Amino acid sequence: MTGITEQSIAAPRLPGRKKPVRKSAYKRIRRHWQLYAVIALPILYLITFKYVPMAGILIAFKDYNVVQGIWGSPWVGFKYFNQFFESPNFWLYINNTLGISLYGLAIGFPAPILLALALNEVGNGLFKKSVQLVTYAPYFISTVIMVSIIIMTLSPNVGIVSKFFQWMGVENTNFMGMPGLFKSIYVWSDVWQYTGYGAIIYIAALAGVNPELYESAKVDGASRIQKIINIDIPSLIPVSTILLILNLGNVMKLGFEKVYLMQNPLNLQTSEVISTYVYKVGLLSSSFSFSTAIGFFNSVINLILLVSVNYLARRLSSNSLW
Amino acid sequence: MFRSSKIRESQGDRLFILGIYALLTAVLLVILLPLLYIVSSSFSSPQAVISGRVWLFPVEFTLDGYTAVFRNPQIGTGYMNSLIYAVAGTTINVVMTVMLAYPLARKTFYGRNVIMVLLIITMIFEGGLIPYYLLVKNLQLLDTRWAMILPGALAVFQVIVARTFFQTTIPDELAEAAELDGCNDIRFILRIVLPLSKPILAVMSLMYAVGHWNAYFDALIFLRSADLFPLQIVLRNILILNTIDPTMVSNVDIFLAQQGLKDLLKYSLIVVASLPVLIIYPFVQKYFVKGVMIGSLKG
Repeated sequence: MTGITEQSIAAPRLPGRKKPVRKSAYKRIRRHWQLYAVIALPILYLITFKYVPMAGILIAFKDYNVVQGIWGSPWVGFKYFNQFFESPNFWLYINNTLGISLYGLAIGFPAPILLALALNEVGNGLFKKSVQLVTYAPYFISTVIMVSIIIMTLSPNVGIVSKFFQWMGVENTNFMGMPGLFKSIYVWSDVWQYTGYGAIIYIAALAGVNPELYESAKVDGASRIQKIINIDIPSLIPVSTILLILNLGNVMKLGFEKVYLMQNPLNLQTSEVISTYVYKVGLLSSSFSFSTAIGFFNSVINLILLVSVNYLARRLSSNSLW
Repeated sequence: MFRSSKIRESQGDRLFILGIYALLTAVLLVILLPLLYIVSSSFSSPQAVISGRVWLFPVEFTLDGYTAVFRNPQIGTGYMNSLIYAVAGTTINVVMTVMLAYPLARKTFYGRNVIMVLLIITMIFEGGLIPYYLLVKNLQLLDTRWAMILPGALAVFQVIVARTFFQTTIPDELAEAAELDGCNDIRFILRIVLPLSKPILAVMSLMYAVGHWNAYFDALIFLRSADLFPLQIVLRNILILNTIDPTMVSNVDIFLAQQGLKDLLKYSLIVVASLPVLIIYPFVQKYFVKGVMIGSLKG
């Protein structure tokens, strides 16, 4: 309040109202000058390793060559985007990417929820703890090792799965070489590896449910299934909606690492996805501009998906990212 | 009437819980058995593994697979390199994450909202593979150890987790009181914030360290020299591409023996390569669950 009087007294000497505002910003910065010194390095990192590559997307619209560099290379507009849209495999790669992502989501999204609901029923004994300890563990296995486990167990003649099928009387098969099986192998091995980890967040949400709800349900004579349907599942909806938005918004961002390692010449028909294609075109055959154009197209589709899924979620429920 | 229906329901409940236990036991076995099979195979003789006599426990116990793993110079180099990348990388990661997250957690820090927006943008949009590669190339980092550490010096997701932790566990009043007592911001971070943040620092270190230990993509695109390769690249060459460098073998006998050992070596290699992470994991599990929960608060 005194500030107002001081300001009006000082008014003749100061040009307008701006000065006090700027001064306060300056004061606020000076108060934490050490924090600005601290944050400078990470900010420099963000600019260099996150924002400079964003500017590098320019080369998608240029004919990049090493001699002229990013700025000097000639503009070509949408040439490389058109080249990608018109390539005979355009829809194949889109289909493979979306196919694996959506299949993975259909199985991999409900699996942790089911595991959490089941674990919530068994009480906090040794059994629950061991199931948790064991189911989290595969999360820490590296992609390279995971894929080699898959290849080893499925390999013809020597793999344990092949042996089991032979024992059942099925002919010796090369599972990794069958294009039709690629998606299933990818998705179910992911379920094996990540369901336990994915359940953590739901277990935490269930632990936060008000115990009075369970007590009154008990008094009302609700069965376990009724308790799950009427108490547990509704309490998981906010978290699961957020995760579903994030997952649906990332369906085009299907990871490179696992797919690339699982590829072999026999299954390429179903295993070539956008991220592996971007890598092969860009780094193995050095078509930098073409590869960047594909990657950029993919990011834009992804962004549109994320924003629209989030918009839908906000309209249909109260849960959304922003 | 009410009573009888209640009894019937509790019978249904008993059946239901029995089903739950059966389901969870099945889940437990489905995850445990393959892991057990790999460990048992790694201790069995090559013949027993190939002829399919190994199911749950080692058959004709031997350490040949492990001897082969430790004799292979590529694996030793890869192991050392991975240790270097994991230790150096994680140290830089944790320091950088705290440096970015703490100022953003202070309400009186001018400009925090702008920086938060800049952070979120990097999470939903990125330059893509080629611009990323060209940047590292232009910085002259290709085929150096720095390429394994600097480009991933911090993870934005971890910054948001850490910021949430700082905001919820370190009250503003504490910082203000320290300020009045003449404690400057850097001193406050070192003396107060870090000691209070041990749980989140433990989780963050674990997540970053596991990330470094398991990563192969950056090495795949940035490294060319075999003596810089991390373990995962060596693993990929041996386990997936099936290449054991023949020049490493001095005579035919050893070569033939190695052919027989090849499958065995794979199992032993998987065990040896997963060991560091699986050893640390049970100790940090308690913190780890907490960390995932904090991360989930902010979606």
